[in-house]
Amino acid sequence: MTALTDDTLPVTPRAIRDEMIVFVVMALLLASVPFTGVYPFFVMQALCFALLACAFNLLIGYGGLLSFGHAMFLGTAGYCSAHALKVWALPPELGILVGVAGAFVLSLITGYISIRRQGIYFSMITLALSQLLYFIYLQAPFTHGEDGIQGIPQGHLFGVFDLTKPTVLYYVVLVGFLAGFLLIFRIINSPFGEVLKAIRENEPRAISLGYRTDQYKFLAFVLSGTLAGFAGSLKVFVAQNASLTDVHWSMSGEVVLMTLVGGLGTVFGPVVGAFVIIAMQQYLAGFGQWVTVIQGSIFVICVLTFRRGVIGEIAHYFRRSL
Amino acid sequence: MQALYAQLLVGLINGSFYALLSLGLAVIFGMLNIINFAHGALYMMGAFVAYFLLNLGGINYWWALLFAPIIVGIFGMILERTMLQWLTGLDHLYGLLLTFGIALIVQGVFQNYFGSSGLPYAIPDQLKGGMNLGFMFLPVYRGWVVIFSLVVCIATWFLIEKTRLGAYLRAATENPTLVRAFGVNVPRMITLTYGLGVGLAALAGVLSAPINQVRPLMGADLIIVVFAVVVIGGMGSIMGSIITGFALGVIEGLTKYFYPEASNTVVFVLMVLVLLVKPTGLTGRAA
Repeated sequence: MTALTDDTLPVTPRAIRDEMIVFVVMALLLASVPFTGVYPFFVMQALCFALLACAFNLLIGYGGLLSFGHAMFLGTAGYCSAHALKVWALPPELGILVGVAGAFVLSLITGYISIRRQGIYFSMITLALSQLLYFIYLQAPFTHGEDGIQGIPQGHLFGVFDLTKPTVLYYVVLVGFLAGFLLIFRIINSPFGEVLKAIRENEPRAISLGYRTDQYKFLAFVLSGTLAGFAGSLKVFVAQNASLTDVHWSMSGEVVLMTLVGGLGTVFGPVVGAFVIIAMQQYLAGFGQWVTVIQGSIFVICVLTFRRGVIGEIAHYFRRSL
Repeated sequence: MQALYAQLLVGLINGSFYALLSLGLAVIFGMLNIINFAHGALYMMGAFVAYFLLNLGGINYWWALLFAPIIVGIFGMILERTMLQWLTGLDHLYGLLLTFGIALIVQGVFQNYFGSSGLPYAIPDQLKGGMNLGFMFLPVYRGWVVIFSLVVCIATWFLIEKTRLGAYLRAATENPTLVRAFGVNVPRMITLTYGLGVGLAALAGVLSAPINQVRPLMGADLIIVVFAVVVIGGMGSIMGSIITGFALGVIEGLTKYFYPEASNTVVFVLMVLVLLVKPTGLTGRAA
C-alpha cells in the first residue's frame, strides 16, 4: 500500500516554528474579519466546517483512515446541543458540553465497530454506520424528523457574552475554532501523533515494534469524532437549527472534499479547503443541482491531477511542512 | 400470511438487486482494486437508458435488457480508460474518492434535467398480470425479476469460476505481471471487467425500472446498503456475494412484516453484529 502523502517531512523545531508563524497570521487575519465588512455569518459557518475538516484530517491525514461518515458526529452533536438548549433550556456552555459528550459516546461505539476493518472496508463501514444513524434520526421523535430542531435560543455564554450579537458570537466561534485547531496541532506533534504517522506509513512494522496499533487508531478515531462533534455544537449557535442535512452522507462527502482540496495530511489544508468549498456554495447557490456536478468535478480533478491539494502543493514547492 | 409472503417477495426482489450490485462490486474490486462508488449512479443510468430507449426510440423492454447494459458498460469502459486506469499503484482510497466524484456528477446532471420525482416505466405486456399459487398471488413481473436475476448471477459465477476467460481473470487478479508475461492483454481485460461489473449494475437498473420507477437518486441510497452487504459478505467470493445479497433481501423483507420501523436499518444493524462476531465478514479472509 502506497502512502497517502508522498513527501513526509520530519517534525523539526524549525517546521513547528514555521507552522506557528502561519497559525498566528491566520488567527490575526480571522480576528480582523469583523472590521473588514465581510459577512460574518459566512466566515462563522466556514470556521465550523474548517474545524470539522481538521478533525477529519486527523484521522485520514495522520492515521490513514478515510472515514466516510464524519457527518454523523456533526449531526449528533448538533442534535444533542440543540435539544439541551431548547428543551432543557441549559446555558450555552452546558449545551456545547452535552453535544460534545454525545459525539464522544457515539465515537466510542462507532470506533469500536469500525476500527476492526482497515482501508476500503473502514470507509464503507463508517458510511453505513452514518446511514444507520440517519434513519434513526429520521424516525426518532426528539429530532422532529424532516423539520429538524429550529429556533434554538443562543443565550449568554458563561452568563456574560451575549451570543445574539453577531460580533460576540463571531469571536466565541473563532476562539472555539482556534482552541480546537491548536489541540489537533498538539496531537499531531505529540509522540502519539508520531506513532499514528508510523502506522499510516507501515502498520505491520509499527506492530512489530510493539505498538498496539488498534488502540492508537481507536484513540485517534475518538479524538477525531469528539472534535467533529465540537464543530457541530458550535454550528448550532451559528445556524440556530439542527437538521437531517447535517447527518446525510452528502455532508460526509463535503468534508472529504474540503480536506482533499486543501491537502490531505497538511496542518492548514482543511481550513483552506473549507473556506474554498463554503465560498463556492455561497456564490453558486443560484445554480441549483449544478453545484453537485461541480463538486463531483472537483473530486475528479483533485484525485487525477492535484492530489496534494492547495496547501500540499505550496508546502511541496517550498519544501516545508504546513 | 398473504402479507408475509408479499413482503418475502419484495425481499427477494431487493435481494436480487443487492446480489447483482454486490457481485459487480466484487468483480471490479478483484481486478481494479477499486470500490466503485459510482455503481449506484450507473445502476440509475441503466434504468434511464431503458426509459430513453422506450420513449425516444420505441425500443421495448426486452431489447433494453440487452442494450442498456451494453450502453452503460461502454460508458463505464470509457470512464476506466480515461480516468480509473491512472490510479494504478495509488492508495485504494483515491479510487473511492474518484468514483464518488463521478457519482456526484452523473446524479447531478440527471437531477438537473429530471428533478427528483420518478418517471413511470410500464411493465411489458408479456409479464403483466399475476398468477394464483394457491397460498399467495404472484405478480408475474416480480417473479420474473427474481428468476432472471438468479440466472444472471449464476451465469456470472459460471463465467468467472468455470471458463477459460474466467481463469485468466482470476489469475490476473492474483498476479497481473505474471499473466502479462504469458501474453494476455491484462489492461484490456481490466477495462472489460469494469464494463462487465457496470453492465450488471445497469441490468439491475432496467429490472427495477417497472417496479421502483426511474429516479435520478434511485441508486444513491441503494449503494450504501450494498456497501453494508459487501462488508457482511466480504468480497472474496462470487458465490458469497450472491448468497449474502439474496439472504439480506429476505431478512429485510421479513423485518418489514414483523417490525416495519427497523426495515431501513436492519441491514446496517446486521453489519454491526457481523463485525462484532466475525470482523472479516462471513466469507472474507483477513485483509
